[in-house]
Amino acid sequence: MKYLQIIRIAYKALGRNKMRSSLTMLGIIIGVGAVIAMVGIGEGAKKMVNAQIASLGDNLLSVFPGSHMQGGFRGGAGTMTSLTEDDAEAIKIFCSAISKVSPVVRTGGQVVAGNLNWGTSVEGYAPDFISIRSWPVASGTMFTDQDVKGATKVCLLGQTVVDNLFPGQDPVGEIIRIKKLPFRVIGVLSPKGQNAFGRDQDDIVVVPYTTAQKKLMGVTHVNNIMASAVDRSRIDEATTQITELLRRRHRILPGQEDDFTVRSQLDVATAVGSTSKIMTVLLGVVASISLVVGGIGIMNIMLVSVTERTREIGIRMAVGAKGRDILVQFLVESMVLSLIGGIIGILFGLSAAKIVSVAAKWPIFTSVSAIAMAFCFAGFVGVFFGFYPARKASLLDPIEALRYE
Amino acid sequence: MNDLIATEQLVKIYKLGDYEIHALRGIDLAIERGEFVAIMGPSGSGKSTLMHILGCLDRPTKGKYRLEGKDVSSMDRNSLAEVRNRKIGFVFQSFNLLARTTALENVELPLLYNGSSTKQRLEKARAALSLVGLEGRENHYPNKLSGGQQQRVAIARALVNDPAIILADEPTGNLDTRTSIEVMEMFQSLNDKAITIILITHEKDIAGYAKRNITFRDGRIVIDERVAAPKNGKEELRSLPPDESEDAV
Repeated sequence: MKYLQIIRIAYKALGRNKMRSSLTMLGIIIGVGAVIAMVGIGEGAKKMVNAQIASLGDNLLSVFPGSHMQGGFRGGAGTMTSLTEDDAEAIKIFCSAISKVSPVVRTGGQVVAGNLNWGTSVEGYAPDFISIRSWPVASGTMFTDQDVKGATKVCLLGQTVVDNLFPGQDPVGEIIRIKKLPFRVIGVLSPKGQNAFGRDQDDIVVVPYTTAQKKLMGVTHVNNIMASAVDRSRIDEATTQITELLRRRHRILPGQEDDFTVRSQLDVATAVGSTSKIMTVLLGVVASISLVVGGIGIMNIMLVSVTERTREIGIRMAVGAKGRDILVQFLVESMVLSLIGGIIGILFGLSAAKIVSVAAKWPIFTSVSAIAMAFCFAGFVGVFFGFYPARKASLLDPIEALRYE
Repeated sequence: MNDLIATEQLVKIYKLGDYEIHALRGIDLAIERGEFVAIMGPSGSGKSTLMHILGCLDRPTKGKYRLEGKDVSSMDRNSLAEVRNRKIGFVFQSFNLLARTTALENVELPLLYNGSSTKQRLEKARAALSLVGLEGRENHYPNKLSGGQQQRVAIARALVNDPAIILADEPTGNLDTRTSIEVMEMFQSLNDKAITIILITHEKDIAGYAKRNITFRDGRIVIDERVAAPKNGKEELRSLPPDESEDAV
């Protein structure tokens, strides 16, 4: 028998019981739709997290001091005061894979403007901070190298600080007091929102790092050093360069432990990426279960159909259909059922994903490979669950089948 | 050995739990090409079992069955299906047409299983339908046809593959007298074209149209006789009062 003919017969047979066929298909439609939508949502989440990580600053590297040890008592990471602004300067000059560097000096304090006050994080940076963190200034200007050199008392405010100290006003040009010292507000940073770990990144006052060191804290070390690699692909190279440079500068003998650590954003991205990958797989598995349930629905209906059409099978066998012909006929029927269901399911899943993305403002990413996979899986389900009923039909005894009422 | 059908000591035993039912107890039968045989007997006499074996739907427990000189009694399921497809046309009491399938598609059915092209199928099916006088009704569904017409579609289906034998199992059992005679007349005219027909019936009346009558009892042939003067379907029809319920074709 020709394949086109078989498909035509299968299509007709399904058409005779439209209600039943469409209800059976519904199982596959929902299954495939769920796979498409879930994988789309999962992939979207992955993209969103990646975008958030990128917003921390592309190609970002951080150098942290090591742990402080005194008489066998070891402090936590970053308790050492081994990093200086000279280290930062040296990294900028000697590391070819590094394009921009900024020391980071962190403190906290009460910030006062008029009759309002707000406790926030005060952080000292170099002017390159803006581009290292890809964090543009919304209004006003960034301070300059001159300000750093002169340790001038200027500052930029994060959006949260603006909301709390200058509600509904433009703070640029105003004077605020940080730890009782007057600072002139020269700019406002664009809102950045929460970071991947839920901290409000806009709750910040940025000052030149020299000002933080000398005027606010009275220290000479820096908390850590931020740098950005020339290119994403050269992050590993940059890490090695910084490590070698700092070991030399800190006179660390071979075999001794580093008194600092270099961390790249890439590590964080990889960690978060694998988390969201797990989530995608999990969603896909849950959706696949509904596809399997749909397949069982097909098997159920095909079994009913075989019983109901016993006489038809008998007639076909009497006029010369072999067991194989009957097997193929029923197998093709269940495949047509599941593939049509698969196509509708893909459309259904795509539109469900679209609705979710519009309603929840959640980016959805549906890949062609996921669609192709869902379609093939639907076909496989059709063959797998259609085989048992089809085989049952093919093994019927023609005399018994003809007598069946 | 020129017989179309030749059986030697055909035995069929059905096992029902601990019981054995001897449906056929050694049948020796020879049917030549072009014969019109009626097999009669009460129910349970083994005539249906014989038909299943002659029709290659079943295999004998013992004995040999040669169809056109070829031993088919030991063939496997697939080979039997092939023999059914090429050599045998079935006509059943309950017509056994596929529902919601047009007359033409029903007639095409045997051709689906022997690799005929779409064009061949259509040509042969149309020819068979016109042979039984149903041209113009190719696209009717069985539920839109009268009993007689349905049986004629079934006969067309049996004919479409140019079989060696037509096996008819109580073909008139579900039909009224007039339609029964019409069907028998059709068989007679097919037989005139040298088609071998084996008819199973329990009505003496119907068997009277055949040229040879075989009577079964308890799995054995008890009478095998030539019919001296078979009834003529055409004349019988003429002698009936004109009928208005059945549409004239």
